[in-house]
Amino acid sequence: MYQYNDLDQALVEERVAQFRRQTEQFLAGEMPEDHFRALRLRNGLYIQTHAPMLRVAGPYGLLNAQQLRKLAHIARHYDKSYCHFTTRQNIQFNWPKLEQVPDILAELATVQMHAIQTSGNCMRNTTSDHLAGVCVDEIEDPRPYCEIIRQWTTLHPEFDYLPRKFKMAVSGALHDRAATQFHDIGLHLVKNADGVVGFKVLVGGGLGRTPVIGQVIKPFLEKKHLLSYLEAILRIYNLFGRRDNKYKARIKILVRETGLAEFSAMVEQEWLLIRDHNELAAERINKVIAQFAPPAYEADAKLDTSFAQHQQSNAAFASWVQHNTADHKIAGYRAAYISLKAPDSPPGDITDVQLDVVADLTEQYSFGEIRATHRQNLILADVKQADLYPLWQALAAQQLATPNIGTVTDMICCPGLDFCSLANAGSIGIAKEINEALDDIDYLHDIGELKINMSGCMNGCAHQSVGHIGILGVDKKGTEWYQLTLGGSSENEAAIGERLGPAVAKDQVTQAILTILDVYLKQRLEDEPFLDMVNRVGITPFKEHVYANH
Amino acid sequence: MQIIKDQQIIDDTWQYVADDASLVNGDICVSLARWQQDKQLLQSHDGKLGVRIGPADPVADIAADLSALQLVELDFPDFADGRLFTAAWLLRARYHFQGEIRATGHFMTGQVFYLSKVGVNAFCPDKTNDLPVVLANLHDFTVSYQNAIS
Repeated sequence: MYQYNDLDQALVEERVAQFRRQTEQFLAGEMPEDHFRALRLRNGLYIQTHAPMLRVAGPYGLLNAQQLRKLAHIARHYDKSYCHFTTRQNIQFNWPKLEQVPDILAELATVQMHAIQTSGNCMRNTTSDHLAGVCVDEIEDPRPYCEIIRQWTTLHPEFDYLPRKFKMAVSGALHDRAATQFHDIGLHLVKNADGVVGFKVLVGGGLGRTPVIGQVIKPFLEKKHLLSYLEAILRIYNLFGRRDNKYKARIKILVRETGLAEFSAMVEQEWLLIRDHNELAAERINKVIAQFAPPAYEADAKLDTSFAQHQQSNAAFASWVQHNTADHKIAGYRAAYISLKAPDSPPGDITDVQLDVVADLTEQYSFGEIRATHRQNLILADVKQADLYPLWQALAAQQLATPNIGTVTDMICCPGLDFCSLANAGSIGIAKEINEALDDIDYLHDIGELKINMSGCMNGCAHQSVGHIGILGVDKKGTEWYQLTLGGSSENEAAIGERLGPAVAKDQVTQAILTILDVYLKQRLEDEPFLDMVNRVGITPFKEHVYANH
Repeated sequence: MQIIKDQQIIDDTWQYVADDASLVNGDICVSLARWQQDKQLLQSHDGKLGVRIGPADPVADIAADLSALQLVELDFPDFADGRLFTAAWLLRARYHFQGEIRATGHFMTGQVFYLSKVGVNAFCPDKTNDLPVVLANLHDFTVSYQNAIS
């Protein structure tokens, strides 16, 4: 993975020192609250319902063992012994003390981490495919480009006070696992007719209140023009994005109100003026690519026979392998998910003890590196098949081996009303209730791939509008209600879920989900996945049953 | 009154002349509207000339006039409005303006490093008390990932 050089290190340390001064000025009453708010947000610090919340950047989801141990240490010493992985591959602490945040940031800087631009109306952490570099359908590893973008976006002096937040995602595979069609800018590595790899550029996608699927603004962009093209889009957005209404300030609204053709022309005109001054040299790209060189895979890993034997003799292990591991481009290796969706734990949460254990396992079995996924799990990308059995045993001992990846209980869930000051409704409690109702693992596996995404408010942090089943908490005269949608997807066939009907009361949500699953099991064709069935039959059969008694 | 220019606290020699006020002697700065209306008259003024622009004013509107100007003031109505960062960048990088670019109005002392990186070389903060803070904050970082303005 990318290792900081002196410049990178100096930058994060100077950022900590800057924020320490700003915090001291604020606490001494020498800085107005609205100023400090803007500055702390750009350092990942929110003021939440109960306490501040600190969001730490997980650059394109990639972390190493040392960084995991640091997160564990921070959780233990500055928080309540746990942290939370988000849908954008970041890490959140829910209980830091404001006056200790500079110290936490200083701790992070010692392991090449930071919280820069993880909130505020600026360019956020760039996300990517959690199977980058190891998946079988990859055109090129997207991570070097993510790192180049990370550097370019970090402390960009011109674009730190945008109309609204700005998110980018990069995918290098045929299968889009990075939800690139729902980002302000989505980049796909593609090969053109001459066999040259470049970027397909999408713009104006997004979730939140107004979910929009991104549109192609540039079918093929040469790699050397990556940063100049991003700069052109950002400059047009910074100048012309709406600032009169924060709900209309995202680039998706600018693209829609301007029209894609006109917007593209504006970007093109700007780009032609700057592209020759800001070329990305091949040497620079290659230098970054070299930092993502494949680890030293063992050629004889595939000769192992114990893996097959363990699967044969241990059904629980076999089930975990089937659901929680993924194919690897190297024979004899697999990628192993660490499920952060144990039945009795809030989705995405992990304790300090678990983090320390995972750090050890990362070193023992996966070359010391781990990734966060945008479905709030972790993944060890490079595990020898012979190591999967001991890995599974170690994970199971920490409640990290629930074989539910991609199933109904692998829910994406925001912190909801319990922690977030924006939320209208709780989400963790509902997740727990659904989990308890679906405690039969065979039933879960029979249902198969089904993505439930649940957000506690319109801001849609848990991407409910692209869940196969989406659950959105709404406030109705002081009580919590939940709107259900079906048929959303953030992958290649991107779609925004359709509303099933009126919102249901809090105590009816789990029953409604069970009814939906029941309709699916009764009406599916053979192995037809849930999403395919919804696309085939529409929402009516589900609607009839969910609202049968109303 | 004192401001910061080129990393030093200095006495301000400029006077902003409101749209309905009559011109005064010395170095004067006017609104974009007044500049566009009275350009001819202003160019015969005995003293230096500056134009004050806000976030909604297109920099392209004064691009052709920059050789007649020694100051462009960026007037922040609200620190969160980032359009003036692009305005500064355009003045320096696209139109090669060599004169003074001054931030005024409601920018934050916590923004001056970024402002300096996009070409702002003078700062007139809300409160004179902030001058030492602004001066210090210009040195928040010794490193940067982005290209310097040429």
